[in-house]
This record gives sequence, structure tokens and C-alpha cells, in this order.
Amino acid sequence: MNERAVSPQVVREHGLDEREYDLILDIMGRRPNLLELGIFSVMWSEHCSYKSSKKWLKTLPTSGPHVIRGPGENAGVIDIGEGLAAIFKMESHNHPSFIEPYQGAATGVGGILRDVFTMGARPIANLNALRFGEPDNPKTRHLLSGVVAGIGGYGNCVGVPTVGGEVNFDASYNGNILVNAMTVGVASADRIFYSAAAGAGNPVVYAGSKTGRDGIHGATMASAEFDDNSAEKRPTVQVGDPFTEKLLIEACLELMATDAIVGIQDMGAAGLTSSSFEMASKGGSGVELELDKVPCREDGMTPYEMMLSESQERMLMVLKPGKEDQARAIFEKWDLDFAVVGHLTDSGRMVLKMNGEVVGDLPIDPLAEASPEYDRPWTQSPALPELPASAVEAPPDTGAVLIKLMASPDLCSKRWVWEQYDHMVMADTLVRPGGDAAVVRVHGTNRALAMSSDCTPRYCKADPRRGGTQAVAESWRNLTASGAKPLAITDNMNFGNPERPEIMGQFVGCIEGMREACTLLDYPVVSGNVSLYNETNGQAILPTPVIGGVGLIENLKMTATPAFKNADEEILLIGETLGHLGVSLYLREAGWSGEAAPPPVDLRAERRNGDFVRGLIQEGLVSACHDVSDGGLAVALAEMALAGDIGCRIEAPDRLNPPLHAWLFGEDQARYVVSLANAGSVVAAAAAAGVPACRIGKTGGDLLTLPGGEPISLCELRQAHENWLPNYMGVAS
Amino acid sequence: MKAAVIVFPGSNCDRDVQVALRQSMEREPLMVWHKESSFEEVDLIVLPGGFSYGDYLRCGAMAAKSPVMKEVVRRAENGVPVLGICNGFQILTEAGLLPGVVMRNANLKFVCKDVLLRVETGQSLFTSKYESGTTIRIPIAHHDGNYFADSATLRAMDDRGQIAFRYCDSDGQASNAANPNGSIGNIAGVYNETKTVLGLMPHPERLSDPALGGNDGRAIFDSLVEALS
Repeated sequence: MNERAVSPQVVREHGLDEREYDLILDIMGRRPNLLELGIFSVMWSEHCSYKSSKKWLKTLPTSGPHVIRGPGENAGVIDIGEGLAAIFKMESHNHPSFIEPYQGAATGVGGILRDVFTMGARPIANLNALRFGEPDNPKTRHLLSGVVAGIGGYGNCVGVPTVGGEVNFDASYNGNILVNAMTVGVASADRIFYSAAAGAGNPVVYAGSKTGRDGIHGATMASAEFDDNSAEKRPTVQVGDPFTEKLLIEACLELMATDAIVGIQDMGAAGLTSSSFEMASKGGSGVELELDKVPCREDGMTPYEMMLSESQERMLMVLKPGKEDQARAIFEKWDLDFAVVGHLTDSGRMVLKMNGEVVGDLPIDPLAEASPEYDRPWTQSPALPELPASAVEAPPDTGAVLIKLMASPDLCSKRWVWEQYDHMVMADTLVRPGGDAAVVRVHGTNRALAMSSDCTPRYCKADPRRGGTQAVAESWRNLTASGAKPLAITDNMNFGNPERPEIMGQFVGCIEGMREACTLLDYPVVSGNVSLYNETNGQAILPTPVIGGVGLIENLKMTATPAFKNADEEILLIGETLGHLGVSLYLREAGWSGEAAPPPVDLRAERRNGDFVRGLIQEGLVSACHDVSDGGLAVALAEMALAGDIGCRIEAPDRLNPPLHAWLFGEDQARYVVSLANAGSVVAAAAAAGVPACRIGKTGGDLLTLPGGEPISLCELRQAHENWLPNYMGVAS
Repeated sequence: MKAAVIVFPGSNCDRDVQVALRQSMEREPLMVWHKESSFEEVDLIVLPGGFSYGDYLRCGAMAAKSPVMKEVVRRAENGVPVLGICNGFQILTEAGLLPGVVMRNANLKFVCKDVLLRVETGQSLFTSKYESGTTIRIPIAHHDGNYFADSATLRAMDDRGQIAFRYCDSDGQASNAANPNGSIGNIAGVYNETKTVLGLMPHPERLSDPALGGNDGRAIFDSLVEALS
């Protein structure tokens, strides 16, 4: 049946090196056949085994009072009160989305949804962090258009709102775009389902779509660099069927309301192989599968193809004995395939049979848990000099700079993207896309979850440690600006080839920075995903550790959004402004090409200022709140004015320390802008709390007036901000 | 009032409309599975939004042939009011309960945003709580909302007052700029000849709660409760 002999050539084609093959011989005590080799290959791929990153991931803080289950399951679980839990994770689908953007992105959404509902949660929101090559790259339009259509095509049909995310551009992503999809779900805290499956004799059940020949070796493909022939890998990309996913969600949640399930696991990367291994391994069991029982899309599929297929919308479950008929009735009601394909054993081995004949026999624990772990050599990124604000020339008109920034690809309105996503289905979206954090009501309660995704890759490149800290801090700040208490994060670590010491150094630096921020902000990591080898012909992407944050709003009436609500309100800038221009968007738009350090993050100030601002929101003292990030104070103000369609007049404080342009465009951290009717008592409270807060102007009118610049009409600013993306995509506005 | 919400495989706004109905009716609507060929007597039948049967054929075409739709058509012909929202509107045109067709959006893209609608008449079971000609804000979320009917049909529909809603600007004008999907005459929703069946692309259930940013959709459900209780 397995025609090809296992030769050194075949071993290499499976992405295994000599050392790894020796280990396989050791574990097996004999030569593996092709099926067994294929199983080792996917289980030990970077994508499934985290062999380069494990050592460092283990150093992140993963526990806290709200954490019900940290990393190691399909998704992280946190307590959100009233007997409910939020279950969430972010996962990359970078390699497939570059090869085939629509299906790559669509199946990315499908995969992360399954990770969440597998655990018993109804998905309530999706987010997507997207990074594309420079706009002038000939492929960028095609990839952006396909990815957005794919995310919408899947999420809209499944009926889970896509409420937030990021879209950025940089030349380093020309050959490797990033598609990071996040799902947040809600479950009863006492009805969470895990993958561990024990109990010899318990039936192993397959449900969902049929198995086809698509996606074979997807995980292996996602664990290698691209070259000029990457388009040839298109057959490794899977095809999504969101309709079946929707049925699968409903059927699984219906079954989960009964007591039939022992363990459940979706078939994601490495399909039937990794799902069955994980369930048996975590439960300390063995498993025997009868592959001829697997529902197949086409005739004549070999065991090798069945075990390595990454066909979508499939689940594997271990049921309590005698519950098969009850479960079958539910899946048949939803017109889904259902088959008992095997049973658990106490042998500690995976035995694969085809028509009664044993075609594969592997030990489970050594394979699943003793997979290689590398301590890859790494070098620290060289420290770059701090750039004094005085070294940067002042612009003739600060207003003109602001318009240019607001119309730049990274800061322009992403409306063209999120209007293609159904962001309101489920009728619980309280704060729609376009602000700091999306806010989604927990159905049937007075609570809400705030969520966002954040990363500033250019900071991470310039200083991985500061960049890692900043990504976590900005996530925490975005949730805080909505009034939420940040609870936990999921991380999606996107990097180049870890076999290169400077790339591994970026990874290590980012992790160190993240660890520091997560610890000081009490903001643990509960799930995550690593995507390495994001390189083409040796050109790596910017280090991109994307942080997906989830926070809790206990009273959904006490939230804030960036939009100015009323004229004649006072505007306060909270946090200290030193005018840090290094690696800022201001410098980039000014064409400054020198290297400099990104802004430092003072985590104690971050925490103090954020806790103060959250308190203001929870007490209903501010009418608008926005965090200050890319583009600095001026951009934050412009976003608040456009969102509320109310202008403002800004005056710099007396005895301004940094130069005016650095005050306006510097990207110092730990800062917020709030507006409120009467600032007096808040300024006093800030002083008492040791929080810098200063009055910088008033809301009102239809102009935005910055010091050192001509007044800008909101109409003109809006056009500049809204038109870039539709014009770029070739749509008449 | 008793209401039934028909649940097709791929419906995804069934719970949303259930919540809106419950709020206005102060009782639970009946949820009816698409494989049922009969269900208890009700005063209102709602076909919710979503992607019935995946919309892999023409939107609504498969659902229109499902077992439950035979019963829905029979009851509609006997005068039981039927409300179809988004995919429900598409199903109603496919089932022949409403005139015209709903095609792919003119720009070929899915669109989700708030739009303004002009209520063409307050003289119906569905709209009695609106003033005729008033402008309301309700979201759309669809890939196929481009309404079309031939000119003779449209004239007849106009004469009989069968146009329920038109996309409009803030001055209440049905302008080109206010048309989100290419619908002929900016049509967002239509009635059958007896005004007992309404289909519309916008989602009133999504803005029937001030916490979600608006309440303009609620009057549709309140109108029905008043008329049918």
C-alpha cells in the first residue's frame, strides 16, 4: 500500500533532518514505513511541535486569578464572572494566505473558530491582524483583496461578527504576508471541554466534513521558507466550507449540552494525526483507528493521505460508551457525517488498520511529547542610539503633516476592509470597528468583553525587547481606554527563520519584553501560536509578535469610545510627553532613514496612568477616551474629532519642554486623551495620584486647530483619511 | 401575538430576531426547524437572515424548496403575515411570495453598515408605528441585496403601494449616493399585493436596542404586536 520506500531522499522531502531521523529509528526500534514517517514529519514540524520556540515560550507568565486554563489546550480560558468563561486564541495562516489568499484566510478563520468551540464556547467575535507588503508591490492589491474577501466570506456565513483588528503595510512583508485570526467565545465556566481522552474501549468518533486529498503536508509547508517556486505549493492549501462550519458549531454545542463527551478535539494542522495523538497522549491512552471507516470525499485514498489530510470542518471525539446513537442523531439532524472510527486502548500505542490489516503502529508518548526541542543559537540585536527630538527639524506647518499622516497607508481609515465584514451579527456589538478596542456584550448579561489586537513591528525590529514590551502595553492601554479591565492575552509570534541567530535573537528579545510587561501589568498569556520561517529568498519579515487582548467591562453602561461627544468640553492629555520621535511615523513620513531606538515603556507609569483613566471611565467622568499610539498626540486628536464629527482647538502648554513637533507627533507611551465637561476635579485627582495630566484645549466647531499650523477642516481631513484605501483598491469614492 | 421563526441550516440571525420579537411580544417566539412540514398556528412567520444552505446556489433558492416553505407559502396565501429579513427576503422572492429578484451587489462586495431608509408608508401591519415618509437608520449586511423588477412590475407595485422602504440620504432623498447595492429605485423592501408579506434587506433586529447604538428597528416589531395581538 505504501509504495515508496523510505530513502534518505524521502526523509528529506518530509522536512526531517538526519538527527531527527535517528531519533525516529530509536523510538520505533525499526525503520518506519512511509505512513509512519509522514506522521512523524507533521508531528515534529515546527508548526505542530514548537521545537524552536518552546524553550522561550515557557518563560512567559501564564497564571493569574482569572486564568482557568493557560496554554496547552486548543485555546486559553479565563473567568469573566457570573459563572461564565471567555475562551480565546489567535492563530496564523500566513503561508497559505500568500499562496492562495481567499482560501488561506478563510480557512484561517475556520480553524481558529474550531479551536474555540471545541472547548464548549459559542464564538462571539472574530478579529484579524493583517500585514501586507508595501502598497507599490504588484501583489499587494491582489493579496489584500483576496484575504479580506476570504475572511468576510467565511466569518459572515458562519455568523460570528468580525469586530476588530489591524491592517498594516511594510516592504518586509512583500513575500510573506501575515494573516493572524483571533476568535473569542463564551462558555459556562463549569462546562468546558478538554482534549484529554481516557478509558479503554471508549469509542472514537469522527464528525463533520468528509476527508479529501487537500492540505496534505500543510503543516510542513508552513514550517519552511518560501522561494521563487512557492506558487507550486498551492495544492497544500485547504478549501473552506463555512456553511458546514456553522452546522458543526451548532451540532457540537448541542452535543456538549448532554453528558456524552469524554474528550473532543478539532482536526486542524496535521488533521487526523495530531488530533488523535493529542487526545490519546493527554489522556495517557492508546488508540486504534480503522481507517476504512473514515468518511472520504473520494475513492481510493491511502492511509497516508487520510492521516495527513487537512480537510476542514472536521472534529474528533471520544464518547462515553453507549452514547454513540444519541450523538449520531444530533449530527444527522444537522446533515453532517458521523462515524465511529476506532476506540481507545490501554496500549500507549497508535495502531492504524485498513480493512483489518495493520498499516501503522507507533508509540504515542515518545512521539507526541518527546518531540525535539532546540536551544537555537541567538544574537542580541544591537542597541540603537536614542534620537534627541532637537535633532529632528520642525515642519513648516504641523497641520499639513497631520493630513499626510492621516492619509498614510498605516493610519488611514480601514473602513473599506471592515465594511466587508459582518460586524453586527449576533446583535451584541456595542462598539464597532475603527476605535481602540471592539466591545461585545456577553449575551443576556450586563457585562461586555473588550478586545483588540496590537503590535508595532518597526519598534520590534529596532529593539525587540522594547517592541515586545510595547506591544503588550499598547494592548493593555487599548482595552483600558474602553473602560475594560484587561484580563489576559493570546500571542501570535510571527518571525523569520529561527535557524539564523539574529532572527532567533529577535524572538528572544520580544519574549523578554513581553514577559516583563505581562508580569508588571498582571496580564498573563493564556494561549498562542508561533509562525516561523516567514522569509522569502532569505529576506525576513519584521519581527511581529501580535498581542490579542481581552478585557472585562462589568457594567456595559460605563464604557468610553474615542469620539468627541459634545462641543465646549475640555481636553486633557494624560501621561508624560517627552517627545520621543525615534522610529515614529512622523519620521517615516518625513523620509528620515537613520536608525534610532523606539520609545521606552515605563511599565509602572503605564499601570498608574491606565488605572487612573479606567477609574475615570468607570465613574462616568469622561465623555471620550483614546489611547495615544502611532502618530502621537496629533493623530489621536484627529481620530477623536473625526469619530465624533466635532472639531477642537489645541494649545501647547506654557514652558513646553520638547519642541512643538515632538510634542505633537512623538510616540511616548502610557498616554491617553480624554474629554470632559469640567476638568478641574480630574486634574486635581490626577495630581494626587501622581499621574501627569494637562489641559490642552477644547472641543467644538468643525475645524481642528493645532499649534504651529493652519486650521484644518474636518471635511478635508476626513476625505484624506477615508479616501486612501478605496482609491488604492481602485474604487471610486 | 404568537410568532414563529423558521430556522434553516445556515440561518444566523435567528437568535437576533428571536431576541427582538421577545422584547416586543413579551413572550417567546416558536423556533421552527426547516425539516418540519407543519407547525402550530401562529399570527406571524419570520424568515431570518443568514446563509441558508450556504447560499451555494442562488441566495434563498434552496431554502425556498425546503419542506417547511410549502407550509409557509400555504399560510401566507391564507393571509398569515410573513416577514423576511435579508436572506429571508431572498427566500420570499425565490418562493414567489414577493415580486422581483435580489441580485449580487453592484460593486460585487459584501457590505455591512448603517443605512438610512425612507418609510414609504406607515399604512401597513409592519410600519404603523412609523410616520409615512420618515427616515430611519438600520444596518445592512449582505452580498446580494441588489433588488430588481421589470418596469411594468415596478409601476404596478408603485401604484399599489408595494414599495416598503427606499435607501435615502439624510434629506430623505432616494439619491444614487445613498444606494448601497445598486437596487433599482433604491428599493430596500417590498410588500406583496395585500401587504401581508414584507421582505427587506436591512436588519431591523440589529438596531432595536439603544445599547447597540439605535432603536429605529424596534417599531417594526412593535407595529406587528399592536396589529396582531
